[in-house]
Amino acid sequence: MSEPRKNYVRPLDIKHGRVDMAHGAGGRAMAQLIDELFARHLGNEWLAQGDDGAVLPAPGAGRLVMATDSHVVSPLFFPGGDIGCLSVHGTINDVAVMGAQPLWLSAAFILEEGFPLADLARIVESMAAAAKAAGVPIVTGDTKVVERGKGDGVFISTTGVGVIVAGRELSGCRARPGDVILLSGTLGDHGMAIMAGRESLGFESPIVSDTAALHGLIATMLDCGAELRVLRDPTRGGLATTLNEIARQSGVGMMLQEKVVPVSPPVAAACEFLGLDPLYVANEGKLVAICAANDAERLLAAIRAHPLGAHAAIIGSVHEDPHHFVQMTTAFGGRRIVDWLSGDQLPRIC
Amino acid sequence: MKYIDEFRDGEVAQKLAAAIGREVNPDRRYHFMEFCGGHTHAISRYGVTDLLPDNVRMIHGPGCPVCVLPIGRVDQAIRLALAHGVTLCTYGDCLRVPASDGLSLLKAKAQGGDIRMIYSCADAVALAQQNPEKQVVFFAIGFETTTPPTAVAIKQAAALGLKNFSVLCCHVLTPPAIASIMEGVDEQLQLDGFVGPAHVSTIIGSRPYEPFAAQYRKPVVIAGFEPLDVLLAIRMLIRQVNEGRAEVENEFVRAVDRDGNRKAQALMDEVFELRENFEWRGLGTLPHSARRLRAEFAEFDAERRFVLAYRPVADHKGCDCGEILRGIKRPQECKLFGTVCTPENPVGSCMVSSEGACAAHYTYGRYKDV
Repeated sequence: MSEPRKNYVRPLDIKHGRVDMAHGAGGRAMAQLIDELFARHLGNEWLAQGDDGAVLPAPGAGRLVMATDSHVVSPLFFPGGDIGCLSVHGTINDVAVMGAQPLWLSAAFILEEGFPLADLARIVESMAAAAKAAGVPIVTGDTKVVERGKGDGVFISTTGVGVIVAGRELSGCRARPGDVILLSGTLGDHGMAIMAGRESLGFESPIVSDTAALHGLIATMLDCGAELRVLRDPTRGGLATTLNEIARQSGVGMMLQEKVVPVSPPVAAACEFLGLDPLYVANEGKLVAICAANDAERLLAAIRAHPLGAHAAIIGSVHEDPHHFVQMTTAFGGRRIVDWLSGDQLPRIC
Repeated sequence: MKYIDEFRDGEVAQKLAAAIGREVNPDRRYHFMEFCGGHTHAISRYGVTDLLPDNVRMIHGPGCPVCVLPIGRVDQAIRLALAHGVTLCTYGDCLRVPASDGLSLLKAKAQGGDIRMIYSCADAVALAQQNPEKQVVFFAIGFETTTPPTAVAIKQAAALGLKNFSVLCCHVLTPPAIASIMEGVDEQLQLDGFVGPAHVSTIIGSRPYEPFAAQYRKPVVIAGFEPLDVLLAIRMLIRQVNEGRAEVENEFVRAVDRDGNRKAQALMDEVFELRENFEWRGLGTLPHSARRLRAEFAEFDAERRFVLAYRPVADHKGCDCGEILRGIKRPQECKLFGTVCTPENPVGSCMVSSEGACAAHYTYGRYKDV
């Protein structure tokens, strides 16, 4: 008896094919999409287990950190990045700002019927490159397809798991009066890159997104010996919203110095043009750090020594304030509140 | 940013502030109104009042396009979107203005209304071109600054022969609003001078303010929207008051002259005529204070195309937007301010736009109240 013939499976036509409903139906087509696209680019021994979840080595002593983030950015491809690398960086950063070392990621895709596979391949390749560069593998995933018109190309949710060493306590509730506020670089690059990428606005700019995995920078900060109290990445809502969150959590007030808040000239110009305030524009590769005043210079030097922190600055200080206001001395010489973002400055920024 | 940073220079501001400090008469108080929301925003955003002596007080004026829009007009726009099923396009700030029945354009959008935020009225014309099966209405608001672009859009639509584009015209005029404020001066409002409009004056020039300065004996200094512009204009006003003059002076010489932009004025006259009356929030119904489309352009007039009647609606009972727009009350004197009425849940229009007196004070200055 001859061996049964293998079913011929036509390979995915990455160049011309499109996502169809079957790609999300759980059958062969989906398996093929996973094998030929996701597993091919993202493959590793844990993902290769092929189960609904990945069985992972226990982290030993210490605690796990887990964070999750959905990404619906529009446009999917923007100067400096795309939804793929963004979905890797965003979740790594959420794990890392807890002081944890990010170890694993999961990725869930919601695809729209009709979405070109070539675009999906670009996105997945970008995820793979970002995960590899960060040393944080994607170990499990999920794929769903919705009918045409029920999604917008592709949405990606990622979850990250990391481990945090015993005794390390970073939290938005630990800022104390007298502490110093540091920022790792220029504000607003991601948000303005997205704005410039939106065709309807009809303006061009040289701005590129700052999307980056920050766990390397954070590791150098944690190693420098400074007593870090709070770390956070000022994404949606920008620096202003992040500082207001921390002020409320810690029950303190803050005073910033506008003169020293770094903003690149193209971002400042684009914000001026569109009537936006860079303090409220999203970042995807920046950190806010709060530490004891005595440690500020040491921490600043450590941040600046890292390529992602070259433009870091000390931007303000923490003080007592029962109203938890974040305020700013303006470069003009006046004083004002830096309030929470009100409304949606820019939908679908990440 | 070249040509912008120069007008925000902190060192120059300190010197100018010191000069103002030397020039003010310590034995009197100075009350100046900045007409425009653009000035209100600059003053709050840069903390300009922190550089002024204690006896110089700035009063926020009514020159915020979204703030002076009465509820009835927003209701009309919502009716167009929900009852007539049009694609309604407007500028961003309009979306959150509270209207009748707990609605706003934003809430009407969530109810299924096709409401789009646009950056330029040309986008509305393009939308009409691309969607010939949809009726596209541009909800046009603003003073003389935004009126000429609307005229261009209407002429473009006429040239293209568009049958599915129209304008809900709520463009208003600056001089009648100033006249209305002046009428209340001394009875309810102490006022020693005006910081005159910036962008509006680039269109209408400085001449239209001359009758006010003469008739009401109040100095007017036209100023740009940058903080140094405002500070310099305040010094010019203080000098006029000290010297007993009441003239129209121009600080914004880099953009404004006496006659304004004649081309833009001609364009406005060609497309629009004055309405007999128009209701303003806060200022009431003012004669010849707003524009509508001329008969030649009637087919692009949404009020005529959709036979929209105007129904005036009273403001929320507790809301002091009216008094605040007339400069009689300060935002923090409204009992709803910062409690019931916040930028997230505005009760009145002054809490909506960043140029609104309440939103500006809430967002930038409320630390002074505690």
